[in-house]
Amino acid sequence: MDFFGLFKRQPKSGAIAKNRLQLVLIQDRMNTTPELLEMLKSDILKVLANYVEIDEDSLDIDINGSEGPALVANIPIKSWKTR
Amino acid sequence: MGEVIVVTSGKGGVGKTTTSANIGCGLAIAGKNVVLIDADIGLRNLDVVMGLENRIVYDLVDVVEGKCRLKQALIKDKRYPTMFLLAAAQTKDKSAVSPEQMMKLCETLREEYDYIIIDCPAGIEQGFKNAIAGADRAVVVATPEVSSVRDADRIVGLLEASEIKNIRLILNRLRPDMIRRGEMMTIEDVTDILAIDVLGLVPDDESIVVSTNKGEPAVADNNSRAGQAFRNITQRIMGNEVPFMDLEETGGLMNWLKKIFRIGNGK
Repeated sequence: MDFFGLFKRQPKSGAIAKNRLQLVLIQDRMNTTPELLEMLKSDILKVLANYVEIDEDSLDIDINGSEGPALVANIPIKSWKTR
Repeated sequence: MGEVIVVTSGKGGVGKTTTSANIGCGLAIAGKNVVLIDADIGLRNLDVVMGLENRIVYDLVDVVEGKCRLKQALIKDKRYPTMFLLAAAQTKDKSAVSPEQMMKLCETLREEYDYIIIDCPAGIEQGFKNAIAGADRAVVVATPEVSSVRDADRIVGLLEASEIKNIRLILNRLRPDMIRRGEMMTIEDVTDILAIDVLGLVPDDESIVVSTNKGEPAVADNNSRAGQAFRNITQRIMGNEVPFMDLEETGGLMNWLKKIFRIGNGK
């Protein structure tokens, strides 16, 4: 059990609501679905796999951004592929 | 030439009908000639909120089908001599009316009345399309909840696509105590996201339930806080600038004490 976690300040539900709303609206406004995002992710990874070895467990690709939607990706590279 | 204003929201249960009734009565109290149209065919409710449920003879569908003259279907309200209700049909469905018919009806009504207020059904299908067809302006009602604001965003997009330029927001059922505690989205949170101008802020108020129970819109009740909010909204619709009310001010013994001791004012 995370003892110190008990003392961590939880965000208030109003802030949680705003955050969730922003994310859901990014998808609504762009007309995307989670499935579409998954397809985009796997295609990006396919291309990258030609050049680098990726740490797939700690990979993060998402759409967010406070000033309009942006595709934000954090893709840890294990090593470059040598040809 | 009168103005046609549609009251809409996407999500059900956020206060469209209550808002329509209060705006209609508010405008009538201000001396304007008003027609309220219940566009929610099959699920009519504006009549009961207004307390006119026993007066309906003809309805919207009878008018568009030519079963009666328009004047015969306009229900007069004895309390507000300049206001009339055109009720929705209860036994038909949304397809009984077309957008073209609604447009024609609005054109006819605007010749004679100052304001035509249309209570839009929930959803974005046929009933919504009918309700917005003849509208010049739109009032979007939302509550500070994720589901409601999400639907409102969708509705704003659809209204813009239908060339309705003047779209304004009524934020309903605000709980200042919860906002202060951080347990409800703030007015800024919602307006930042929706990016439309605010027409009014309505506090969550028991008096709305009481007035709806009685069939007497709260706008006519001088002791009702929500009624005051709707009186302000009415003024803004007529083009008068009115400052937004202080939602914190709620009266009652506790607030009287707080005022005296200057406690509890977080800002």
